[in-house]
Amino acid sequence: MADETTISTEQGGTAPTPSPRVDVPKGVWQQCPACQGILHAKALEEALFVCPQCGYHHRINARTRIEQLVDPGTFEEFLADLVSTDPLSFKDRMGYKDRLKQAQDKTHETEAVVAGKAFIRGRPVILAVMDPFFIMASMGAVVGEKISAAIERATDENVPFVVVTASGGARMQEGMVSLVQMAKTSAAVARLDDAGGLYIVIMTDPTTAGVAASFASLGDIHLAEPGSMVGFAGPRVIENTIKATLPNGFQSAEFMLEHGFIDRIVPRRMLRTEIARIIDYAGK
Amino acid sequence: MSTQPQVRPNGIETRGVGGMLDFERPLARIEREIAELEARQAETGRDLSTELRELRTTLANLTRRTYSKLTAWETVLVARHPRRPVLPDYLDACVKDFCELHGDRCFGDDRAIVTGFGRIGGQKVLIVGHDKGRETKEKIERHFGCPHPEGYRKALRTMKLAEKFRLPIVCIIDTQGAFPGDKAEERGIAQAIAVNLMEMSRLRVPIVCVVIGEGGSGGALGIGVGDRLAMFEHAYYSVITPEGCAAILWRSADHAPQAAKALRCTSRDLKKFNLVDEVLPEPLGGGHREPGAMMSAFERYVVDTLRELKHVRVDTLLRRRYERLRQWGSFFMSPSAKPSRSRGKTRTAGQAKAKAAAGSDAGDSATAGNGRLAATRTTTRKTRQARVSEDTPAT
Repeated sequence: MADETTISTEQGGTAPTPSPRVDVPKGVWQQCPACQGILHAKALEEALFVCPQCGYHHRINARTRIEQLVDPGTFEEFLADLVSTDPLSFKDRMGYKDRLKQAQDKTHETEAVVAGKAFIRGRPVILAVMDPFFIMASMGAVVGEKISAAIERATDENVPFVVVTASGGARMQEGMVSLVQMAKTSAAVARLDDAGGLYIVIMTDPTTAGVAASFASLGDIHLAEPGSMVGFAGPRVIENTIKATLPNGFQSAEFMLEHGFIDRIVPRRMLRTEIARIIDYAGK
Repeated sequence: MSTQPQVRPNGIETRGVGGMLDFERPLARIEREIAELEARQAETGRDLSTELRELRTTLANLTRRTYSKLTAWETVLVARHPRRPVLPDYLDACVKDFCELHGDRCFGDDRAIVTGFGRIGGQKVLIVGHDKGRETKEKIERHFGCPHPEGYRKALRTMKLAEKFRLPIVCIIDTQGAFPGDKAEERGIAQAIAVNLMEMSRLRVPIVCVVIGEGGSGGALGIGVGDRLAMFEHAYYSVITPEGCAAILWRSADHAPQAAKALRCTSRDLKKFNLVDEVLPEPLGGGHREPGAMMSAFERYVVDTLRELKHVRVDTLLRRRYERLRQWGSFFMSPSAKPSRSRGKTRTAGQAKAKAAAGSDAGDSATAGNGRLAATRTTTRKTRQARVSEDTPAT
């Protein structure tokens, strides 16, 4: 299920952070949504947007993520300009075209995933990073195509495929077109697997629904950032089904590790090291 | 679960029994009149055949009128009709010598998905299908056809058996979605579905999928990847239930009819987008009015399709399956691909785009749909070219 929840934390973006304080210059201070602590934006950025007080991993946009993960200057993007054709002419309270435009203006991205070739500690990888600020990084035709194309490239070039997932699921505004992307991306993973390629998934907050039920759950190795929400159905839907309140930490990365679906929980600062380590063990 | 649990009369003759949809009421009234006349004729021996014939013509016309212009939401209601045939009906009518196989060999046996060997039209197959159940007790046992992870794992286990023993697979889809409960999450519903999508894309036997009622999101797709996908005329297939979509985008489930329309989840729309291969016609007035016709349409489709796929070499079958999946729903374009080509050549694409723009402005009407379709076809080709041209300098 897709979700259009808007994100309250903003990093590096242009939109102002919704904040009750008005007398402080915008962008200098930020409030941690987890511990409510007031953080200096610069210090937060230096800490890779992990709260120095409580360790909360803030959501970050795709470009920031890439900057944090890859060796400087090595990222070569591909399929950068693919855009949806709005096949359904979808309109709810707002037209889908307008919603896309809004997301593009807000994030300066054309779509919810950025894919390219890069080096991580000197090891070549194909990398795809989802941007949670772009319509909740929901998967429509473009996301499905870019992910599939990236997987195919990793297969052809015989380099590991690394994906950083963050998504509310399939993009409702593209209807069945978005649902079939689950099958498309999963088929591409099958081919990578057949070719003996290494596939590393890094689950970040949130990895849910249609994305969790397709390529995000098909890695050889599943890493996850601490505290990320990982699951299929929305918590409210589940509560409504079972007529009970869910315990704290239900559908967290830690919960999923405990139930056997994640290999390792890795703090943001350690991701580069961990990826390189796994490539050395499993990569060709 | 929207339909109220209702005891379903076993057998074909179920006309005029409860579970009526609002737009069916005028039809029911005429049906009642016919029944009364027939009774009177039998009682009194008077010849009422003229009146009866007239009434039957009226009924047929009205039925045709009602069902030819069902809204998307009404289609969803027909797909969920309490008397619509469900998996056990198809097993009884179309499958000889059904040999059910239980359990995922790991956790349990999910009754929401039924799997087993059987013969359809003399051909040995493996059947995998959502089972909503017929009676209240069955429905509850089967979670109204909403599977848990062990259901998908049982499906995969038996499909691997089919692969091993070279039996084609027939998937019968009818679910509102995977079960959205805490236990399903704990046991990895997302992972179970994902693995099925991946494995079904490479199983080395033909896979034919038919949506007989509800195609509910990932829960349907989890046994819905294959070489062919057909849908019954009044079935629907959607990324999210109209209620769920309305609750998120319109902030109220009351807007489900609008959401159903916006999601384009009917067989006709999906055929237009080339997302299903074939639409199987239903008897006049929907499948619940004449289950027998549904059964024969299903059997004919499966038998014909399997016969066609049987002669395809496995490698070809898998290559085509992959290409089909890879092209599924390729509705995107690459604007920057345009300047690199000469003006003369871009005209067709440009025209198609203009046509598409006009189409989406118009909003409804058949021409809008056609315009969009023409555009998407062109853009798909265009993007493929773009991909090639982009690939070259990078590699």
